[in-house]
Order: sequence, then C-alpha cells, then structure tokens
Amino acid sequence: MKLAVCIKRVPDMEGRFKIAASGTGIDEAGLKYDMSDFDGYAAEVAIQITEKLGAGEVTVISLGPDVVQETLRKALSMGAHRAVQLKHDAPVSDGLAVATALAAELKDGGYDLILCGRMAVDTQNRSTGIFLAELLGLPVISAISQLNVEGGVVKARRELEGAYELIECPLPAVVTIDEGIARARYPSLKGIMAAKKKPLEVKPAHLGAITYQLEKMELPAERAAGRIVGEGKDAVPELVRLLKEEAKVL
Amino acid sequence: MTDSLLGSPVLKPRTGDLYNIDAALTEEERAIRDSVRAFVDEKVIPIIGQCYIDGRFPTELIGEMGAQGYLGANLPEAYGCAGLSNVAYGLINQELERGDSGIRSFASVQGSLVMYPIFTFGSEEQKRHWLPRMATGEAIGCFGLTEPDYGSNPAGMITRARQQKDGTWVLNGAKMWITNGSLSHVGVVWAKTEDNDPDGNSVRGFLVPTGAKGYTIKETKGKLSLRASMTSELVFSDVHLPADAILPQSGGLKSPLMCLTQARYGIAWGAMGAAIACYDEALSYAKTRVMFDRPIGGFQIQQVRLADMLTEIVKGQLLALHLGRMKDAGTYTPQQVSLAKRNNVSVAADIAREARRLLGANGILAEYHAMRHMANLESVYTYEGTHDIHSLVIGMAETGINAFK
Repeated sequence: MKLAVCIKRVPDMEGRFKIAASGTGIDEAGLKYDMSDFDGYAAEVAIQITEKLGAGEVTVISLGPDVVQETLRKALSMGAHRAVQLKHDAPVSDGLAVATALAAELKDGGYDLILCGRMAVDTQNRSTGIFLAELLGLPVISAISQLNVEGGVVKARRELEGAYELIECPLPAVVTIDEGIARARYPSLKGIMAAKKKPLEVKPAHLGAITYQLEKMELPAERAAGRIVGEGKDAVPELVRLLKEEAKVL
Repeated sequence: MTDSLLGSPVLKPRTGDLYNIDAALTEEERAIRDSVRAFVDEKVIPIIGQCYIDGRFPTELIGEMGAQGYLGANLPEAYGCAGLSNVAYGLINQELERGDSGIRSFASVQGSLVMYPIFTFGSEEQKRHWLPRMATGEAIGCFGLTEPDYGSNPAGMITRARQQKDGTWVLNGAKMWITNGSLSHVGVVWAKTEDNDPDGNSVRGFLVPTGAKGYTIKETKGKLSLRASMTSELVFSDVHLPADAILPQSGGLKSPLMCLTQARYGIAWGAMGAAIACYDEALSYAKTRVMFDRPIGGFQIQQVRLADMLTEIVKGQLLALHLGRMKDAGTYTPQQVSLAKRNNVSVAADIAREARRLLGANGILAEYHAMRHMANLESVYTYEGTHDIHSLVIGMAETGINAFK
C-alpha cells in the first residue's frame, strides 16, 4: 500500500506573535517551528498502517522553502519512508494553489490513500485536503477520528456534536485527520539517525494560478478600559441608557 | 498506585530562546533534544511528583528509555548503542534531568559508569555480552567505588580482590551510595588487588553478578533527596569470582576516575535541565499568579530573580556546549569537566531555590517542581566529586600546588 501524507511546517502556537513589517504575515524572528499538529497525527496514522501491514510505503510531502526539510526529516525519523519537498520560497496563503501543487506531485504516484491534517494550526483554513481530493478526482472524508483500511475500502468515523458518523469509500481516497485518532510519536534516536539516510527529493512547486492574496494582517484593537457607571440600584437607569445608546447592545 | 495527586501540572517548556542557543546546535542535535523533551513531558512529568513522594524509581520507564536509545547513547552502534556525539549525549542528559535528577542519574550510571568502563576496559567478550542488553535496558548495572569511609578519597578504599592460585578472585568489602544498586543485574566494582597500596595503584574493576554468593545489596532508606532514584549499599563477603570477571584493561585508580569524568560531563548538562525546569515553572507562575491586582512577574523583585536565573542558565548552557564540542574534538581535560560540573550544579541549586521562593507557599508542594529539584540538586552537588573537591582540582590546576597532600 502506498500512502502519502501532506505536511505543513507551522510556528509553535505558544510563541509570542508579532506582525511583520510587510503587514501581510508574522515576524518569524524568535519563533520555533514544527509540524502542524494534525499533520503529525496523519503521519502517525500512516506509519501505523504500514507497521501493521508489515509492508507499504509512506511518502511525506511539504511545500515551502528549504527549512521544511527539517520538518520532513522529523516525519522520516518517526518512520516515514521517503520525503518530497515542493520548493517554493515565498509564503502562499491560497489553499487552492497549494493543493494544485500537491495534486501535480501526487496524481501519478499511484497512492492508495492520501492523508492530510484537518487543518493547519496556524492558518486554520481547512481547505487544502478538500481541494486536493477534488483536483485528483478522488473521494474525501474530512475530519476523521478513526480509520480502518481493509480490502480496498477505507472506513472512517467522524465526530459530531453528541453523535458520530461512520463513512466508507473505496480506495484510492483522501482523508483529513482530526485529533483523537493517534498521538504523534516522538522519534527515537535511532530513527533520527536513520532519517539522514532516507531519500528526500527536492522539486519545484507548480502552484498554478494564485486566486487570492493576503492583503493585510492586523491585531485586534486594544480594549479600552472599563468604566464604573455608579453603584447600587440607582445606577441601573444610567447603565441601561448607556447600553442602548453607546454600546448599542440593547 | 494512588491516583496522582499531583497531576504534576504540565511543565510547559518556554518557547523563547533569548540567546538563540539553538543556532549553535545542529538540526540533528535539536531533533534529539526535542525528542527526549517530548518523552519527558509525556512520560516523566506526569508521574514524577508521585514517584518522589512514594520514594520509588519508575522502573516502568526503563524499557522505553532503552528502546529510544538513551542508554549509553554516545557508545558505538556496533554494540547496540546509538553512536551519538557527546553534545547529543549531553542534551539527552539535560532533558532527562529536566524531568528529575533521579531519571538522569539512572541513565548516567548505566551509560557513563557501567557501559563506558565495560566498553573502555572490558574484553571483547564482555563488551559483546553486556553492552547490547544494557543499551536496551534489559540488563541494568551499578558502579561501586565509594565506600562508607572513603568518598572523596577513593585511594583509601578497603575493598580487596585477592587472586587465588587458580586465577579466580575472592572479593571482600563494602560500597555505599550506589545508584541503581537494587535494580542491577551486575556491578562494576572497584577493588585493590594488593594489600599495601595507599595510592590505589592496584585498583582494578570487576564485574560482579547480582546473586553471587556472599554479595548482598541493601536499599538506602530515609533519603530526603533523589527520592525517585534507587540508592543502595553493596556488601561483599568472600564473593568468589571467575578469572574473567576482571576488566582486563583497567589499571589503577585512574580507571574509575575516567568513568567519573564521563559522568560529570553529563551532569554539567543535566544540572542545566533541572535549572531550566525551575526557570520555566517560575516564569509561567510569575506571569499568571496575581497579587496586589497584577501578575507578580510585573514586580521588579521577581523580574530581577528571573533575569538572574536566565542569565546563569544561558552561561551554564554555553559552558556545557563548549565543553561538549571540546570532548567531541578529543581535546577536553578533566579539569575543564570539574569546572563545568562545579559551576552548573551550583548555579542550578541556587536557581531551584530562587524558583521555590518565587512560587511562595505553592513552592513547597510536590505538585510543583522547584522544591523537588532543589532537594535533588543537593545530592548532585555532593556526588560525582563534591563541589569542594572540584574547587581543589581547579585550584591545583591553576596554582600547581596539590591541596590534597
């Protein structure tokens, strides 16, 4: 079985973010980067499938500048077999363009199952995996919390509010991975050493047309300090008046 | 085991790196550090407070530490080890001790004090027999040098190995403060082989299997430090050992001292891990604990504390890293190791105490980490060459005058 996992390198969400001078992105100085959490679960699931089968191959693929190789090598050290960097140095916010580049690489690869995270934890667009399936003409099950691949069929479970859905579709297919399915393992030291010898190909990214650009990024305005209108029941009429006329919430 | 009390709250590693020390590490070194860090966050931090209270070393972690490659990580792959650089080995120690000094002590003893002497002084047969199973944690070792009356002065040791006419050995004596003793399958035990030997020139290393007749191991009770670590006393009463129990390349007190240099090197890194844990906890607490209507981190006195702590951590890390690069280049000296062990453990102990104080009353609870590290570091300050002895080593190197004589 051939599996592909699409991986995005993202900043650690615990970091302190500043908007870059360009106004269209974040200042990367001082931030730590790692695999997006959901992509880590996807890589773990794919690796577990090949471990269970005792056969198969997991290819991890990431679009971005050369630093994404570090993230790809982490996936290799977890147990993925080979990696592909789709080299593109400028940041891309258009999920369709990213999906186009991924589809160009994946379409003739003979993959049985393509796994993506449910979303990137930084931009949270939830679009790339769905776009990718559409471009490849494959069925997609999104945001799955359980997965079973058997006899050419993928069976998956999706969590709903107070209920769940069980869905199946034939392979080849695309799935996007929610949390709860598996925790990404931390690579063993031997895995880290072995990753250095695994193949990592660098190819140009064929993004296709960029359909939209990120115009501007801004922090929310600082909240003004509160004010005490008065005390006790005598203050209520004034409070109601302000809520109606100033805050306009009544 | 009872429900964890302690739920030792998540110890969030700080994401900042003010001095950008990461840039001085290779990608592989960072990957190794991050992997051990994840292991400690997931497997050690949640249980360690309870282990400490229960006075229990978490043996359930041994298998995974072995599988992950943490044991004897800087020894060659040919013997089942990870074959890492000394800097990578140091980073493993740092992260393990970020969990607890007892966890790092376990790995230090296994790797630096048991596997290293077998690798360095052992026969090929001894190496093939022991190292692969020690790397996986299937076999555990301990290191017997210190005696009840001979700690800083091991040359005075009383333990004797007497060779019989048929080439076999008979061992008599006692060893104390032996980490991993009660867990061990084999001890690397140092004994004099001649009676009149005040300088320890006849000291040789022996592999003594647990269960040998006349060999007893007693657990040391009543510790107020390193409670999540196993400490034991070893007693040898006419223990008969085969001729090939000796480590053939060992010779003189220099041999065990070489082992200690290895372990001290790891401690210089490890102590920084304990300090980082305390700093991270103090920083997070300072930002969230509100007193007088503002986070206590807004008060100058706590900012000074944090600045002092961070400064010593940065200096200690750079010291350990430079020492590691010199060790990898094969140019380091035992005196340099003494300086790093002495400084880093001492500043880590101070940092742990300051973190404990910053945490106020909460700082005395096992639910937090600072006081556990503070108590642990008192042992680390004393073992592997006391702070004072390392002062004299450095003093001798600088003045040329030996204060021991």
